[in-house]
Amino acid sequence: MKLINQLWAFFASVQLAIFTLGSIALTSIIGTIIPQGKPNDFYVDYFDAKTAIFLQILDIPTMYSSWWFYGLLGLLCTNLIICSLERLPAVWRIITADNLAIPLERIEKMNSLRQWSLRTEEVDSIDWQETLKSGGWRCETRKLGDSSLSFSQKGRWSRLGVYIVHTSILVIFFGAIIGYFFGFKGSVMIPELRSTEKIFTNPGSIPIELGFTIRCNSFGLEFYDNGMPKEYNSSLTILENGKEILNEIIKVNSPLTYKGITFYQSSYQGHQEFLIEITEASTGESRQFSLPFQQQISWDDKNLRFGIINVEAVGQRVLRSKVWFKAGDDPAITQWLTNNEIVSFTSVEKKYSLKSKQLYSTGLQVAKDPGVWIVYFGCGLLLLGLYMAFFLSHKRIWLYQQVTAKGMLISLAGSANKNKLAFVQAFTRLEGFVDQTIRRYNNKNP
Amino acid sequence: MDSSQLLGITTFTYLFSTLLYAFLLVFKTPRLGHIATYFTAAAFLIQTAGIALRWVESYQMGIGHAPLTNMYESVVFFAWTIIAFYLAIEWIYKTRIIGAFAVPLAFFAMAYASFSSNISKSISPLVPALQSNWLIAHVITCFVGYAAFAVAAALGIMYLMKSRTQPAPTPLIKQPDLLPSLSFIDDLIHKTMIFGFIWLSAGIITGAIWANSAWGTYWSWDPKETWSLITWFFYAITLHARYTRGWSGKKIALLALIGFISVLFTYYGVNFLLSGLHSYGSGS
Repeated sequence: MKLINQLWAFFASVQLAIFTLGSIALTSIIGTIIPQGKPNDFYVDYFDAKTAIFLQILDIPTMYSSWWFYGLLGLLCTNLIICSLERLPAVWRIITADNLAIPLERIEKMNSLRQWSLRTEEVDSIDWQETLKSGGWRCETRKLGDSSLSFSQKGRWSRLGVYIVHTSILVIFFGAIIGYFFGFKGSVMIPELRSTEKIFTNPGSIPIELGFTIRCNSFGLEFYDNGMPKEYNSSLTILENGKEILNEIIKVNSPLTYKGITFYQSSYQGHQEFLIEITEASTGESRQFSLPFQQQISWDDKNLRFGIINVEAVGQRVLRSKVWFKAGDDPAITQWLTNNEIVSFTSVEKKYSLKSKQLYSTGLQVAKDPGVWIVYFGCGLLLLGLYMAFFLSHKRIWLYQQVTAKGMLISLAGSANKNKLAFVQAFTRLEGFVDQTIRRYNNKNP
Repeated sequence: MDSSQLLGITTFTYLFSTLLYAFLLVFKTPRLGHIATYFTAAAFLIQTAGIALRWVESYQMGIGHAPLTNMYESVVFFAWTIIAFYLAIEWIYKTRIIGAFAVPLAFFAMAYASFSSNISKSISPLVPALQSNWLIAHVITCFVGYAAFAVAAALGIMYLMKSRTQPAPTPLIKQPDLLPSLSFIDDLIHKTMIFGFIWLSAGIITGAIWANSAWGTYWSWDPKETWSLITWFFYAITLHARYTRGWSGKKIALLALIGFISVLFTYYGVNFLLSGLHSYGSGS
């Protein structure tokens, strides 16, 4: 029993809190200096083979998900729970206390105290409730023989602020755990016009079935005049059993969510492949072809042959491409085109328009996190708790009217658990109201 | 008149304000106090106009966005919030002398922004990741927190200075002491720290929400995030030490200073010394 008590006291202690918070803060620094999540070779190059082994033993390369870091977070949670359980009952007693049962001698010992003598024997002559109410304090009154005691308080729930903060941190951890076990993080690259049913976890690259199909219709890339990227966007379609359910264009900062799975625009890749769309002007018949660089492809029905024979590129981004086009036995035509520029070719009998662009893959981050709303709720709770703990205080005032040999003695007393300066000001203001009431009474009953 | 001229003028006016407050501190001439305040307030208005003008200029360039998106703009905004926060404290507590410790911080920030060769002053368009409504909320919450911690550190220096001169035997001719009492400074350090702590919390939260809407993870232990958490823990420990251990005075003043070093590292050091998601917050 003694051991349990000692353990309880240890887990409830502030020393442990300071130790745990300090340890988390200090060890966290390691992971900001040593790059995280790289393959072992990286650490061998960066340091040396021995140090790399040492780092691996301590899980430093993935320290934020290591057993010892989780251990520290677990210790923090245990500490938060036990210290709150330890202190909460006493706080709850203060919040729900019957303040009219206060030992009367304590009233005269309070820091804020003011007393008035009144020469009268009429006990009920002054309505103190009304006076205190006009000063902004709603009170309850109890008769104690000839005497009476009134009490009023404000902000008693602010005493819970600290515990709301502690709870909020546990709620955030809980949300993170829910996300860890019931969610996933992954990514996928989808070339334009292709679709996929699965994505790959990150880290680990384990395939996960989405339960539906997602297709990338097109990927768009825009640049500012100075060459900085302006926008990445993907036109996505969700399909179930081959039926189109949802069409949406996503951008960085505006993802698409379907069935709890969210798709974020995160990267892209330009391929050495092109998309060519050819439309026959007279019939409006149109077809799209995807073709590799410098390969001839044909639309047999129309007896057309075409290909991309040259490009002008910056890195992997093609700015212009040179199209080679041959209809039937007509001489071949070549022309430089920018992406999506439409050009018309006239063969002997027919007119065609042609559009070409480089083929891109869109890189999507995929996440399912059912815990995220719990985390956000925890964050809201954290701010609420901090506000209550720091900016609100529990203010209590008592007004005690007792019968003495000479008449009556009025004592106004009060205290606050925080921000005492502000309380003194409020108390002084209330003194003014009591003063006024007494003066009015004395004027009426000279 | 363009924004960079206004912000350049601001740098010099903050220097002059610093000198006025320093003069006030050394020569103890209370009448100078009013001048220092008016001057600082005027400098603050010039800076506000400069920031507003930079905002307008970005729209004229067709890439309109709030001027909070690169190192130069953030340092300017940091100086702005420090002065705003300081003037509010001066207004509420009617003590001028804190300016001798707080205004220099704003001056150093502005001087660094204006004269450093490794930060670019040009207005540049926003990369896709920064095009979010969370940008303004995130930056403002963080910087209000940073400014409060800066002022807490300034108060810490003031406390340590005063506590060193305090035990000296009372001089025969009593000189007016413009520094407020130690208990007053101690209380104010505590209050500014609390204020900063709440805003830092809000800054971390808005950052997490933004990260989640951009990348699908609210927390990824990138160096900036981790350092903001380290700073948060540091102030959490300090507050616990005060509430439950009764720490006050020199200890808290010292912690306010160390905490601000952690803030500076989170804000500035991480961008230049460590790599991570916040790379767009750095120099060019």
